[in-house]
Amino acid sequence: MPFDIYDFTSLTQWIDTSLNDRLSPFWAVVAEMAIVGLLILVFYALIGLFLVYAERKVCAFMQNRLGPNRVGPFGIFQTVADLIKLLLVELVPIRNADKFLFNVAPFIVIIASFMAISAIPFAKGLHAIDLNIGVFYVIAVSALGVIGVLLAGWSSNNKYSLIGAMRSGAQIVSYELSVGLSLITVIILAGTMQLSEIVQAQSTGWFIFRGHIPAFIAFVIFLIASTAETNRGPFDLAEAESELTAGFHTEYSGIKFAFFFLAEYMNMFIVASIAATVFLGGWMPFHIGSWEAFNHVMDFIPPFIWYLMKTFFIIFLMMWFKWTFPRLRIDQLLTLEWKYLLPINLVNVVFMAFIVLMGWHF
Amino acid sequence: MRSIVKYISEVLSGVWSLLKGMKVTGSYFFRPSAIVTQKYPENRKDLVMFERFKGEVIMPHNENNEHRCTGCGICEINCPNGTIEVITKTIITPEGKKKRAIDKHIYRLSMCSFCALCVKTCPSNALAFSQEFEHAVFDRSKLIKISNKPGSQLMKGVE
Amino acid sequence: MEEHLKNSVTDGQEEYVLNIGPQHPSTHGVLRLVASLRGEIVTNIEPHIGYIHRGIEKMCESLTYPQIIHLTDRMDYLSAHINNEAVCLNVEKALEIDIPDRIKVIRTIMAELTRIQSHQLFWATFGMDLGGLTCFFYGLRDREKVLDIFEETCGGRMIVSYNCPGGLMHDIHPGFQKRVKEFIEYFRKTLPEYDQLLTGNVIFRERTMGIGKLTLGEAIAHGITGPTARASGFSCDVRKKEPYSAYDRIKFNEVLFTEGDTYHRYLVRMDEMRQSMDIIEQLIDNIPEGPYAVKMKPIIRLPEGEYYQRVETARGELGVYIISDGNKNPYRVKFRSPNFVNLSVLNMLSKGFKIADLIAISGSLDLIIPDIDR
Ligand code: SF4
Ligand code: SF4
Repeated sequence: MPFDIYDFTSLTQWIDTSLNDRLSPFWAVVAEMAIVGLLILVFYALIGLFLVYAERKVCAFMQNRLGPNRVGPFGIFQTVADLIKLLLVELVPIRNADKFLFNVAPFIVIIASFMAISAIPFAKGLHAIDLNIGVFYVIAVSALGVIGVLLAGWSSNNKYSLIGAMRSGAQIVSYELSVGLSLITVIILAGTMQLSEIVQAQSTGWFIFRGHIPAFIAFVIFLIASTAETNRGPFDLAEAESELTAGFHTEYSGIKFAFFFLAEYMNMFIVASIAATVFLGGWMPFHIGSWEAFNHVMDFIPPFIWYLMKTFFIIFLMMWFKWTFPRLRIDQLLTLEWKYLLPINLVNVVFMAFIVLMGWHF
Repeated sequence: MRSIVKYISEVLSGVWSLLKGMKVTGSYFFRPSAIVTQKYPENRKDLVMFERFKGEVIMPHNENNEHRCTGCGICEINCPNGTIEVITKTIITPEGKKKRAIDKHIYRLSMCSFCALCVKTCPSNALAFSQEFEHAVFDRSKLIKISNKPGSQLMKGVE
Repeated sequence: MEEHLKNSVTDGQEEYVLNIGPQHPSTHGVLRLVASLRGEIVTNIEPHIGYIHRGIEKMCESLTYPQIIHLTDRMDYLSAHINNEAVCLNVEKALEIDIPDRIKVIRTIMAELTRIQSHQLFWATFGMDLGGLTCFFYGLRDREKVLDIFEETCGGRMIVSYNCPGGLMHDIHPGFQKRVKEFIEYFRKTLPEYDQLLTGNVIFRERTMGIGKLTLGEAIAHGITGPTARASGFSCDVRKKEPYSAYDRIKFNEVLFTEGDTYHRYLVRMDEMRQSMDIIEQLIDNIPEGPYAVKMKPIIRLPEGEYYQRVETARGELGVYIISDGNKNPYRVKFRSPNFVNLSVLNMLSKGFKIADLIAISGSLDLIIPDIDR
């Protein structure tokens, strides 16, 4: 296959063996962990900055505005400047806050998203850990972030924050179900929970095409539920700036606020990459049946680019939602989940199982 | 059965209404020509205010440094918030007559509410609005302005 | 004041008292609402007003009649023209001056433009209150066009001070008619976008339908006026009931609904924008010739007596009550401001609903805080 030239397996293996040659096994692992950690950290920061910039530009264009345009050409360094500002800004101490929890909450949020990102395959052979229960791991870990949100709301000792945190708790507990079930629909089709194999299984066609109707329904539900899970509009009830000023992070300032902010964007990136991996074939190029020439051209686009293109497409969709719809109310949010998404989802799982059993998928 | 049909049609019409909204925002996203905001300090040169725009009250002077203000003080009376203060002096005309003339026409921009009463009521049309809108200064005292230029005189023929 | 902030204990459950405002994104100014909550449910709302009280009524007592005009701009700043007009009409009525048609027509056009821009801002902020930020920008974008019309003719954008006793400050700008027609054409095209973005949206309908119902009886009992009352079926449009300026010669419908919920309060305003455009279209091509102001005495003295004039602002009925003792300053001025009265139902409407609904309801009342405090 031509895209083997973009295969990272040999590269990572070469690094592994050469490290093992030079160092004792223990230090080799430590060195590898350091390299991976550093790479992910850099990647994380870059993507975070870029997403903040992209969101501001996207919403600006949708709102007939120019958006950031001062720092650098087209304002691309705006978020860097903002970051520097946030680093320099005073951290306002809250007198009656629970100091320890207050300080630890942003870290929990950011570590949860950090852990999730490590299991995502960016290209062939390019992921930190390839767990055999990758899908499960990612869902489990990304849901941990809500603990940080709850703690932040609770410990700030602010009434707005508390309401925001409670809303967030109710929201994540319910939407976790839909996220899980919609992924299960695809897992039935794929027969595995290992992310690398899920991608591999889509070399003949993305799951959204192969599983046609049920896969598409699952995709839509996943989009809705994951938007809710990342606390983004129209489900941004935990922040709800027109009701709760800033919700759970009302009292945070400076870099602690930046952590929450960054984590929101990274969570969006993570769910978008899961959607891209599971439904849209991850780093697999786009192929159409027997159009050899077309498929060949597609193969020359590196898989990493394919992966990013799909992820950003989904992120764009989520931004589009946010900047179009009004916010839901808390009871409507729960109604949507328990009365609409969950039943549809359950029927959909059965439907998918039936289709897989009968072999009606492609 | 009917309730199921209702349920499904509810879901579909809901989704359809959401898509209609997305069409609006999406179409603007791909139409940068619809952008209405401008880059302000850069476009200063071609930024033209409407000629009636009430920027600040000024006293227009002609090229001989002459204005039309007789110092009658009507603008001061008409101003609702004491923005204007007219200080007059007595001068001797070339014919040897004593005459009232303006010494200082003080205008406090920070107090003006742009009601245009002074401009409208001035009997000799000595006041006008300028289109200046960049009023920010670092020192409040800079907002107290003297409308008549130093050394200016009453225009000939204005009584 | 402090005892409201303490948690009061009622039937064994503590109330969660939330202080919304005076600095809060959704109170649109410095309104403070002390909300008692049980969970998310609102049990009581206590509005605290006065944060932007400037004593306008008292100030009027030391100003002459032309000078009062510029203060009325600053009450309901989104209905500046209509406020100006109210005072002018009252003064003209007291002096028994006949106002030429040209002035009446121009005043009417300006008032309707004011109504449109006010409702545009309502739409914008209402969308924002419900979390749809993009509405805010679309509303302001279109409002800008009206403000340009104002700026060209009056010299001010919000604070226009265009009316004066006896007529107008100056004639309309030569480009006025063209600009207004362009705006109407433009806005007829963009108004459907508003509907697509909010009115039809399923989330929006769910958020607003059946929320904060005001019955006809309650509306009348509380003296509610304007779009808020008309959504409950209270026909109270001063433009119809007591036509002033040029309203007696034009055809338009009073928008009435009977449901009285947040959604219909919103719909009234959407329909009123269409009605206002119809009104403007009827008038814009036949502005009669004539002077733009009647010659007035330099010092206006109203004959001794009491004078009252009411007009329909974008938010309801504004009444101007002047007592004159024959001097150049009024003896006493009282403004019956629609927002102050409309605020009085907020507690009643939002009891039992959630915080998010409280924001939606107070948004749909379209309160302007400086008009409440004056
Ligand atoms: S515009 Fe009005 S407030 Fe300003 S100086 Fe003139 S009269 Fe006074
Ligand atoms: S500006 Fe006009 S009104 Fe004022 S003192 Fe001079 S002449 Fe009189």
